[in-house]
Amino acid sequence: MTALDLTGLRTRPAQVWGAVRLVPLVRDEPVGDLRLSARLYGDAAGLVDLGRGSSYFSYVPHGFVATWTRDGSPAAAYGTRLSAGHDCAPADVMPLRVHHRTARREAKERLRFLPLHLALEGYLALHFGGPTVAWEEWSRQAVRRGLSPRVEQAYTGARVSGLADALRVFEIHPGQCGLLLYVADTLAAAFAVPHPDDYRALHPTLVEDLYGELVHHYALLMPPVPDFRARVPDAGIHDLAGLRAAAAEQEAAWAEFHDVTMAAGLLEETYTWRTVHRLGRFTLSRFLPAFRPRRENHIGEAVTDGEGRVVYLKTFRLSESQVRRGHLLSRLADHDWHLARTAAALGVTEAQLGLRLENAGFGHLLRQDVLDRYRRQERVGGG
Amino acid sequence: MDSYADLVAADDVLLFVNAAITSTGQREFHGSAGAQTLSLDFLHDYMLGNYRDLYAGVLALDINDHNVAIIARRLLETAGEATAGQRRDEGRLIAARLATLPPQRVYKLFDALRRARVNNRRTRAVMRDWLAARPDLAFDAVKYRGALKRALRHAHLLPPGTELGDFLFGRPSRAHFATPLLETWRRAHHEKAALYDLPFTVAEQFAARHGVPRAVFLERIAPRMTRLETLRVQASARRHGADEVRADLARMPLTRLASYVLSLPVEDRLRRREELTGALESAAARVAGPLRGSWGKVTAVLDDSFSARGSDEKRRRPLAVALAAHHLLAALADDYTGLWTSGRGDALLVRPYGPTPLGRRILDALETAPSRLVIVSDGWDNAPPGLAAEVLRVWRTRLDPARRTAVVHLNPVYDAGGYDVRRLAPSVPTAGVRDAEDLPALVELAQFAEGRTGLAELTAYLDARAAGLTAGGPAGGRHDDRA
Repeated sequence: MTALDLTGLRTRPAQVWGAVRLVPLVRDEPVGDLRLSARLYGDAAGLVDLGRGSSYFSYVPHGFVATWTRDGSPAAAYGTRLSAGHDCAPADVMPLRVHHRTARREAKERLRFLPLHLALEGYLALHFGGPTVAWEEWSRQAVRRGLSPRVEQAYTGARVSGLADALRVFEIHPGQCGLLLYVADTLAAAFAVPHPDDYRALHPTLVEDLYGELVHHYALLMPPVPDFRARVPDAGIHDLAGLRAAAAEQEAAWAEFHDVTMAAGLLEETYTWRTVHRLGRFTLSRFLPAFRPRRENHIGEAVTDGEGRVVYLKTFRLSESQVRRGHLLSRLADHDWHLARTAAALGVTEAQLGLRLENAGFGHLLRQDVLDRYRRQERVGGG
Repeated sequence: MDSYADLVAADDVLLFVNAAITSTGQREFHGSAGAQTLSLDFLHDYMLGNYRDLYAGVLALDINDHNVAIIARRLLETAGEATAGQRRDEGRLIAARLATLPPQRVYKLFDALRRARVNNRRTRAVMRDWLAARPDLAFDAVKYRGALKRALRHAHLLPPGTELGDFLFGRPSRAHFATPLLETWRRAHHEKAALYDLPFTVAEQFAARHGVPRAVFLERIAPRMTRLETLRVQASARRHGADEVRADLARMPLTRLASYVLSLPVEDRLRRREELTGALESAAARVAGPLRGSWGKVTAVLDDSFSARGSDEKRRRPLAVALAAHHLLAALADDYTGLWTSGRGDALLVRPYGPTPLGRRILDALETAPSRLVIVSDGWDNAPPGLAAEVLRVWRTRLDPARRTAVVHLNPVYDAGGYDVRRLAPSVPTAGVRDAEDLPALVELAQFAEGRTGLAELTAYLDARAAGLTAGGPAGGRHDDRA
């Protein structure tokens, strides 16, 4: 359980377009020995092979290729060509591509992974096995097949209204290595890469990423957000140097306000980390939040260096119902899937917990007669 | 003392002038073509409905050709609503202004009038007078054959002489024309050699019909190309191996030249540094003319942020205006400093990149203690947002209340949502700019935008410009410098 460490990334003034606020993160010293590049897969439905005989279908607009060196010398971004050397599928059939695992070693010092898929897979597979102890309330399907099939919804960036334009007119800062994306002033996604050149190449891929339901709805419904305009107090300024100092103060004040207030939901939370791959001195891992309802919850994936500083970061904002699902599953798992004990820990009756499970879309995990009993109890109890 | 209505009127006119200078109904970096057209159409409707005289008067200013055509069309369309006196003045203004437009623009306007079924007496008179004033109607007949034909038919005019009528309206079997150009056109149908005496655009069609190789064609047609045609074609000509096609940069108008320089890759700019810089400087010196070196100590803040790349339709236009202004101000001032927002020092190598830290750059500029500060920017101040406005406000109220430094903001981009060019601060006059060549006149116009001069002065200014225009003086005094 550790928090995200964004040391080395400085916050610069935000740029606003409609309801979208984009906050650039600038690296004073780019990381030279790990480089990322994009690989476009085109309009192909992908079948992700997880190994061990299981697989899932996904639409993967692009993949990232990480290249690193062992001795810390600069690495070159590999294969930034569009549609890298893949044979074209016939035009009249839906192409199907098998992605062998979400992260796969392509060469000795090169790793291909699908952005956000590590993170989403982590969330989807949360307690995927179902009840660990076959308490009598759980249905036979729950005990035998776990949570399968598990379904979650997300929107591509192109469907988030205004996002494509906001990214198009965004003016990339010199040395920029990251971006925090706010929609209607709620943090929607964070993105960071090791090197400014990678950022310039990958900036347009943000529109192909996945965004949660919350982000989509906010972008559609919320009015444009105002700029945080600089204010210089008149009093006490007698010369240009004073004016310059006041201006610098404004910039610092913004960065401070942003880091402490606006991004607090991302930066002050602690996360559960799982290592996926080691890339030399770097580690590719994914993280899950504590699933606290009615709070900001981000899932994500990150590459960190030896000291735990974030080199690559990509996050996904969970919607409220997704947080609730995660919350229920974690609480159940904490209490060995025992309903009464979990309900007691949550401070509700067993029947209420059962109905909450059903509302969250997990009704099929409970035996039908048990569920019916809960409903009756609630009706009688509720009066 | 002006009444409130007068102040509003003066404000509206200035806003409209800014729009008419900058907007061409094309896509901008931040706005779509649709939004630009819609916004501009509204302004034209509003002006025509409320201030018809002032609306016509704007024709005398250096507004862009797109808006000249729209104003002329709107005035002619609604000639019935005007008084006899207004119609006479408008007719005179329109005639004088159309004389300064490139002919293809005027033919396009005539076509628009025909499509809108506008055929009142005033319209026919304008068309008659303009066509009568054409130096060589046979040339127009060859180059703008369809447009001229439609214009003559719409205005019920007879082409002078018998030949032109035959040429335009049929009898293609005619065996011989006495007019040399028409005869060349006839021969070009079956004789390859004849097509090289035709205007470039017409010859291009015959060359395609005869299957003349592109390189051979370009090599031989080069002397017949206009300046802009040469500039446009020369890069592709070089690829085809026709080295004869070479634009004479020394005669190129300043902003056009800046656009050309910015279209070159950095290696080319470095290799041709002397030639390009020399051309820019001499073009700027030509524009400055007698004003050369008369502006004292000038500092400019020039925007080369990413948004200066414009759009696919207006490629690097804001940056080209900034680069042209840089050279023009260097010629106008006797002590000049140019500061780019990106912090780069070499004007020849500018490219649109990065954010717009206008506030900081304005601070740097004020530190040079100039007598005049010129800001060329699209007004999207974003690093941090609003700092430029604050710096300018505090400077004006606390540090320089005596106005030792005159500050003016020139904005090359029309903001469709705001019905005006974006302003930096209320205390700083903002004027739209299309060609850097207009800069001296715009700085003059921007004084009105400071809100210290009222409608009476503005009307007087417009009348003076209109009198100058109808008396035969060129609008803005630079049309000799156009392509």
